[in-house]
Amino acid sequence: MLAVTDLKKSFLAPDGERVDIVNVPAFALAAGEQVALRGESGSGKTTFLHLIAGILAADGGKVLLDGTEMTALGEARRDRLRAEKLGYIFQTFNLLQGYTVLENVVLGMSFGPRGADRAHAREMLERVGLGHRLDHFPAQLSTGQQQRVAVARALANRPKLVLADEPTGNLDRKHAGEALALIREVCREHGAALLLVSHDELVLGQFEGHRDFAEINQALKGVPR
Amino acid sequence: MTLPLIIYRSLRQHALSTAITAGSIALACGLLMTVWMVKTQSQTAFTQTNAGFDAVLGARGSKLQLVLNAIFHLEASAGNLAFADYEAIKRHPAVKAAIPIAVGDNLRGYRLVGTVPELFQTVEYAPGKKYVMVEGGKIFGADAKEAVAGSFAAQRLGLKVGDTFHPFHGLAYDAKNEHADSYTLTGILAPTNTPADRVVWIPLRGLQTMNGHDPKAATDLSAVLVQLRTPAAGFMLDMMYNKQGNRLTLAYPVGAIIAELFSKISWFDQVLALVAYLVALVAAGSVLASIYNSMSARRRDLAILRALGARRRTIFGAVVAEAACIGALGAVAGYAVYFGLLVGVAGVIRTQTGVVLDVTARLPILWICPVAMIALCALGGVVPALKAYRTPVAETLAPLS
Repeated sequence: MLAVTDLKKSFLAPDGERVDIVNVPAFALAAGEQVALRGESGSGKTTFLHLIAGILAADGGKVLLDGTEMTALGEARRDRLRAEKLGYIFQTFNLLQGYTVLENVVLGMSFGPRGADRAHAREMLERVGLGHRLDHFPAQLSTGQQQRVAVARALANRPKLVLADEPTGNLDRKHAGEALALIREVCREHGAALLLVSHDELVLGQFEGHRDFAEINQALKGVPR
Repeated sequence: MTLPLIIYRSLRQHALSTAITAGSIALACGLLMTVWMVKTQSQTAFTQTNAGFDAVLGARGSKLQLVLNAIFHLEASAGNLAFADYEAIKRHPAVKAAIPIAVGDNLRGYRLVGTVPELFQTVEYAPGKKYVMVEGGKIFGADAKEAVAGSFAAQRLGLKVGDTFHPFHGLAYDAKNEHADSYTLTGILAPTNTPADRVVWIPLRGLQTMNGHDPKAATDLSAVLVQLRTPAAGFMLDMMYNKQGNRLTLAYPVGAIIAELFSKISWFDQVLALVAYLVALVAAGSVLASIYNSMSARRRDLAILRALGARRRTIFGAVVAEAACIGALGAVAGYAVYFGLLVGVAGVIRTQTGVVLDVTARLPILWICPVAMIALCALGGVVPALKAYRTPVAETLAPLS
């Protein structure tokens, strides 16, 4: 479902030197599989997810997503592929503050091939327990509720792969556990694969076979952290 | 539904700046349409106003002054002409009708015009329209101390049939210059929407022989209003009075003389148009500035939309469409500004000149201006849209501390 080969990304440091951030020779994820990657802050895990999502263009290598080579596409096609196949859960949720809960989910769907489906958006919000908060704005919700909106938005478009970047980073332990269980459950229900990155051992402990991002990312080899 | 939702929410989120910007566009649009309509309509109304006459004969002088004085009841008379001149032109075979008038007095600021009863009996002040008395009124007798008031003058002066009044000397009202003569109002004219509405009419002889006027000029006239049998007659009389003669002036055709006035002040039109265009540009600039300034606040939203799969061109289109929507809101509100201003300006023009503008006229400017304003605003939205287009997604989505 996801196959990453020789994926590279570097940035120009303020002193003019090019710094490698991501260098992943190989990484794969099967359909419906749920994998957690452990990564410290600054380890390049967000950049790795951005490269998989096509938000950033890679310097080299391949990202094969559900049979389509993301890295070979131009920006507009990458945007379309992202809307079609990917769901993204951000650490800070990144909800649109001026939009209602329902609109946030509807808008998340509208760029995909199925278009905005209010009934399905409502169903998704009911599934995450927010059926009674459809017309609320994000600022009127608790942090845990905002996280659930982000989950509903990421899954509403029936993605093949959900990328979750420190999804519980802003939640307390109790809510983090609940949110994680919800994300995994909803992904399973929708048959979506899940790639989660976190530095929280509690979160990582929930995954049977979590991996260390430092082992995958060759750019980190020999870099003191 | 995506684009309308994005635009609607963005407008709501920035409601204050949206309202202020749309308000400035409304003012610009309303001003532009008003300036254009007043200019066009007043030109049409003034050049078409001739009180039913083709020409005006008066003392040697300015044709424009003659027309303004005799037809529009503005300006002072250029001088007098002898009663014999009136009789001569009346007898001319090319002349269908000749109506003498004399001016020089007023009733509390409203001009008194001396004339003959035939003006109200035979003359059509507009094609197919004759003067009509409001019920209960009658035309003054040619030798009686009687008067007929135009509708607007009667309303403003509070005159009723049967009222008596003393005229005041001169065209400007001065309470010290009251004449001893007393006139009785015998009728009020139905509204004609012409300058005749602002006048109080009395018999010609009454004005000529008013107590205090120079007895030597007791038969003199201010002007003669002339109806011709054929247009060619006008050129013949023009030759006779203006080119061969040197004592009198024939203003012919009336409409062309007013049109000449408008062409003389055409530079003023151009200045007005330039001001209007500048106002429109400033309004478009304000849309640009308003959206551009809000860009840093909405960068994150735009990046989120991009991360959700919105293409750059969708984001670009949303910002341009938002600018166009602000323009459209302004244009719609501009109609309210336009009607308010136009009704006000038309009222002032009517009060000052008696000329009535058609405020319901549908000129192309009424759609061209709003459409152009919306297009200008959309153009103004291109600059912030480019900024939105270039929003770096990954960088902007970095977690906030």
